Amino acid sequence: MKKGDSLTHSEQARKYSTFQAFMLVFLRMLIGWHFLYEGIAKLLNPYWTSAGYLSETKWLFSGLFTAVADNPALLKVMDFLNIWGQITIGLALITGLLTSWACVAGILLLLIYYVCNPPFVGYSYTVPSEGSYLIVNKILIEMAALGTLLAFPTGKIVGLDGLIFKKRRKMER
Amino acid sequence: MDQENDGKGKKENSQLKNEVNTGRRDVLKALSSLPVLGAFFYGLTRKRSWDAERKKSLLEELGLEGELDTGRVKTSLTRPGALIRIGIIGYGGRGEHLVRGAGFAHQDFFQIQGNKATRDWRQREVKGLLDQEDLNVMLTGVCDVFDVRAERGLAASLNDRRPGGGAGNLKGAKRYRNYKEMLESKDIDAVIIATPDHWHARMAIDAVNSGKHVYLEKCMTRTEEEVYALTDAVTKSGMVFQLGHQNPQQETFWRAKQVVDKNILGKITLVETTTNRNSPNGAWVYGIHKDASPQTIDWEQFQGPAPHNVPFNLERFFRWRCWYDYGTGLSGDLFSHEFDAVNQILGMGIPKAVMSSGGIYFFKDGRDVPDLFQTVCEYPDRDLTLVYSATLANSRGRGRVFMGHDASMEVGNSLTVNADYDSTRFEDMIKAGVIDTSLPLFSYYPGSKGIDTITSATEKYFATKGLMYTYRGGRHVDITHLHVKEWIDCIRTGEKPSCDINRGFEEAITCHMATKSYLEGRRVEWDPVQNKIV
Repeated sequence: MKKGDSLTHSEQARKYSTFQAFMLVFLRMLIGWHFLYEGIAKLLNPYWTSAGYLSETKWLFSGLFTAVADNPALLKVMDFLNIWGQITIGLALITGLLTSWACVAGILLLLIYYVCNPPFVGYSYTVPSEGSYLIVNKILIEMAALGTLLAFPTGKIVGLDGLIFKKRRKMER
Repeated sequence: MDQENDGKGKKENSQLKNEVNTGRRDVLKALSSLPVLGAFFYGLTRKRSWDAERKKSLLEELGLEGELDTGRVKTSLTRPGALIRIGIIGYGGRGEHLVRGAGFAHQDFFQIQGNKATRDWRQREVKGLLDQEDLNVMLTGVCDVFDVRAERGLAASLNDRRPGGGAGNLKGAKRYRNYKEMLESKDIDAVIIATPDHWHARMAIDAVNSGKHVYLEKCMTRTEEEVYALTDAVTKSGMVFQLGHQNPQQETFWRAKQVVDKNILGKITLVETTTNRNSPNGAWVYGIHKDASPQTIDWEQFQGPAPHNVPFNLERFFRWRCWYDYGTGLSGDLFSHEFDAVNQILGMGIPKAVMSSGGIYFFKDGRDVPDLFQTVCEYPDRDLTLVYSATLANSRGRGRVFMGHDASMEVGNSLTVNADYDSTRFEDMIKAGVIDTSLPLFSYYPGSKGIDTITSATEKYFATKGLMYTYRGGRHVDITHLHVKEWIDCIRTGEKPSCDINRGFEEAITCHMATKSYLEGRRVEWDPVQNKIV
């Protein structure tokens, strides 16, 4: 029996209590909704661009971020990846499709956002954020939440992954 | 695989049955995301239609539906046309900038140094220059009384690193020791005059009388009398004349004019314009070049028509704006820009009466022009007051605001219109919550895709910092270049530029009214019958 890949429903159910499963799925749906709405809101806003956010970079890779912001072609690509990355990850998390991949992709995307404008001492940004942050901000927390979802997957219990992997199992028989 | 089959049929059967049941449950659980997605898209649709309804009714009410979203159609010549040979008279700070607007820069313009922010900005400037449209002009004449500056001008004329350059066929400009020699030359078609104000009228009159087109820096003249002589000469000569007020080349000004033409602000009764600067450079305390001396500066020619002749004086040469002998102070230097900006939008012309007040309160360095200057212009026939408030001892940006009964409009790098809380026209919409007076009614940022009627706080923040304009499309477009280009285009087409002699007349008279009021300590009026300031 391979690890993690072909658990029956009952064995998966043994993994989590109802409350645990509920909270994990709930968290997954919430983060999925958040990503999906962020992506769609950007898609529908003709004035949105990541240029402003990128231009404020002060920490690692600041040269790279500024270069993207200054170059219209690169900026278009960056904006596209942002919008559709968020939409895809959001949909994947909500529907539970390729959930682990979605978690990893979400973590990487958030990591880029975090590194671009981290809430460090001495760093101030044009757009004020609501709340006070020092090193730990909501982006970091959401990253950790996705990491938790990666550690405690629910895609096969409540999600399309359950159908996909189940079908595969049936075929292997 | 998972469960091991121990071979007993009964167990297999029940297991199979279990699997079918759990199969159905799994499918249900797998599809449990559908209601979530359903809720999501339902919420999204509701928000979208609410936003769209707000935007639509707002634009309908303003009579702007579809109109403000179109960009300005600017006819640009696809083929530049015949070569125009330009002479520059006065290659100082402004002169260099204007000549760059025509495409010619000194080599050190391409040197990029300083901290990161400075380097970023300079890089954009350099790229902006090379991206400029090639106007098909040649710098063929340089005239400056200071040898160092004249040499710089000549070097710029030989620098092939320019829009449309690279062919390596530059012959370079000729240096003229006296501007009159340049005007007699057959190698000059048009001149850019960027000398101190006391020379403006004399040189421009001589230029148009010699058959040269003229781009003249503001203030148009140093004195009131010169205004009439110059206007007369330019009008009679038929030469193309452009006054150096480049602010209206900004897209926001064209949009602002649309807003006013559509009467969105209601009755406009007060326009507030301002200047806030807080540095020695801002107060015209320019650097004195180490090589400046009576040997390198033609002091006699510099003084020319100045009312008082004094012995060679470095301060007066480099910091001429600080003396009424050569300059026109805050009135002609900066109020002139503000006046022209408002005039382009409202077309109100010369005021009936002007009252000024001010003094030398901060830069007590021997200058005789005020560093604090307030002037009020009355237009009783239009029920309008124009206020100009200037300080060279504070840099709080107060902007340029048009105040109407129904809304206020701020025009600068961006354009913002805010509905007035006590507006009559928008009263119903304000009551209904369609208009939130704490947010702009709409705003426009150059380079963006149109009118943003629902501004997010983020968008607003970036716009005020000018970041959106700088980054959209990545192209830095210099308005000085646009103004010079407009002049060149008009030379080729025969059309009137936006700052022609009549606009120039209005600007100069108003500025001289403001100065006269300050110097004489009284209210002055414009007599349109006698055509003079009384």
